[in-house]
Amino acid sequence: MSSVLEVTDLTTVFHTRRGLVRAVQGVSFTVNRGETLAIVGESGCGKTITALSLMRLLPIPPAEIVAGSVKVAGTDLLRVDDATMRRMRGSEIAMIFQEPMTALNPLITVGRQIAEMVMLHEGMGRAAARRKAVDMLRHVKIPEPERRAREYPHQMSGGMRQRAMIAMALACRPKVLVADEPTTALDVTIQAQILDLIGDLQRELGTAVVLITHDLGVVAEVAQRVVVMYAGRKVEEAPVAALFADPKHPYMRGLLASIPRVGTARGLASMDDRLQEIPGIVPPLNELPPGCAFAPRCKMADARCRAEAPPFEMKAADHAAACWKS
Amino acid sequence: MSPLIEVSDLRKYYPIRKGVLRRQVAQVHAVDGVSFAVNEAETLGLVGESGCGKSTVGRAVLRLIEPTAGAVKLRGRDITQLGKSDLRPLRREMQIVFQDPFSSLNPRIRVGDIVGEPLKVHGIGDRRQREEKVAQLFARVGLRAAQMRNYPHQFSGGQRQRVSIARALALDPSFIVADEPVSALDVSIQAQVINLLMDLQRESRLSYLFISHNLAVVEHIAHRVAVMYLGRIVEYADKATLFTRPLHPYTEALLAAVPMPDPTLKRQKRHVSGDVPSPISPPSGCHFHPRCPYAEARCRVESPVLREVATGHQVACHLR
Repeated sequence: MSSVLEVTDLTTVFHTRRGLVRAVQGVSFTVNRGETLAIVGESGCGKTITALSLMRLLPIPPAEIVAGSVKVAGTDLLRVDDATMRRMRGSEIAMIFQEPMTALNPLITVGRQIAEMVMLHEGMGRAAARRKAVDMLRHVKIPEPERRAREYPHQMSGGMRQRAMIAMALACRPKVLVADEPTTALDVTIQAQILDLIGDLQRELGTAVVLITHDLGVVAEVAQRVVVMYAGRKVEEAPVAALFADPKHPYMRGLLASIPRVGTARGLASMDDRLQEIPGIVPPLNELPPGCAFAPRCKMADARCRAEAPPFEMKAADHAAACWKS
Repeated sequence: MSPLIEVSDLRKYYPIRKGVLRRQVAQVHAVDGVSFAVNEAETLGLVGESGCGKSTVGRAVLRLIEPTAGAVKLRGRDITQLGKSDLRPLRREMQIVFQDPFSSLNPRIRVGDIVGEPLKVHGIGDRRQREEKVAQLFARVGLRAAQMRNYPHQFSGGQRQRVSIARALALDPSFIVADEPVSALDVSIQAQVINLLMDLQRESRLSYLFISHNLAVVEHIAHRVAVMYLGRIVEYADKATLFTRPLHPYTEALLAAVPMPDPTLKRQKRHVSGDVPSPISPPSGCHFHPRCPYAEARCRVESPVLREVATGHQVACHLR
């Protein structure tokens, strides 16, 4: 299988008054055509900064991508000029956000926003672009697409806006879709609809999807492979089944043991009466401990963990983690 | 045994005003006739999606907003009929913990004073005694007494929620409304707060009305569960029954939609379609009928009443 997105050693820092914040440190992964790679982690783990780095959407300064490459079909996005990058956003790599209003202009009708993008990227005429916009809205299953195309974003419900944003992101058939918590703000029944929609479109268009999420349920349902991030670093990577069956990093093991599950009453999942806790909190990124960043919260940590950062290495076939103890 | 809290036919309507004269043109039935009971040392989970009225119920039960109609009985005494001065001593028994530990704590006040405030307001003890009590409360929720002098911004989200819980416990209440208390927290922190709430219940025989959109959390913490849809309770049962044999098609849909953190389970791909309708103009008949895969002609015109189908299991559906 050919990889469409190849991220190598991505390192992003922020220059702040409180010093250098290492938001993303040497993160690498690849995504194949039609594949979904999930990046999971909690707030502050660097997953959103990773996504914004791929899109080159971070404000520079204070941010700076100090190392690495982001290759989409062979072209390194970090090496092209701004004009080329603008062309590639939308046509090669597109992004959808948790809050659709960050991507939709409140002053322009939804149809016109999609049409403008198609005109820009594909040089289509106004009338054709207009028709394409309505087609895309129909494609994402928005009822009465002709009427909805003439509406402003605020006239739509949250789920509908999310669909409109997906329509816009996929209108030019990008090879890579970066989805940053696309369903986190939605109700659970709407979340299920949107996840189905992204999956259907992905199968149809062969899009490679990078799904950023904190929800392990969403990961288990839609991802084929998973990257786990903690404090700016990749700490584990594996196919989804292997990761959930046999997590190698104590952080991932802790996360899986700490989430309550629906279905315990139905016997679909078993659960102790008491949830397992991961003690402590995620360390601030400008005060990272010298060794493994998870060591202060880890039951297994010893002197070596606290002194020396563990290498990211293979622990089983196609299953890698950064831990001295596994 | 009579329940600690008994809510009957609770309603909260909001006027919709239009035009220069702000004339009332319609009403939103945010809570439309809700009844339930919470026993001592029991957790009632109240679940539903955004706009279903679950938070309004929580606030109306405590009279943080005035209910339009209905009764809320605390140990048999209807608090909706009491004047402010009669209500005040009863407020000590009933507290609330909010979702957002960032906006529910005053950033300019030391957390020790935040937690001690209810004691001061109710004139309990002298300064030194109050300080001692606050130190005990800090210990109970897993904070260090030395942290009493810090300000809210010096705490993480999980710690702030511990502060909120300590404040709610200050007056030794018997009933706490917990409105999405872990929804703003990271997963690894959620478990800490859920365990704390369950420990406190065991130690002090606390009762909770636990409001959440997260069914997994509710399945873990609640004893009984009420499911709300557009201002009404559509199903009400003990936890095991609700999660193993849900009867209302909406409960079914909710359970089917929750993503399971287990890649070996293949989800049946049959999801309810459509959006949650606006509570301003809810659908006729059964509010769920436009999204219900089983809806019949009758469902479109006739509103189903909540009725008992088995002991302790109530459902509002014509077809079940």
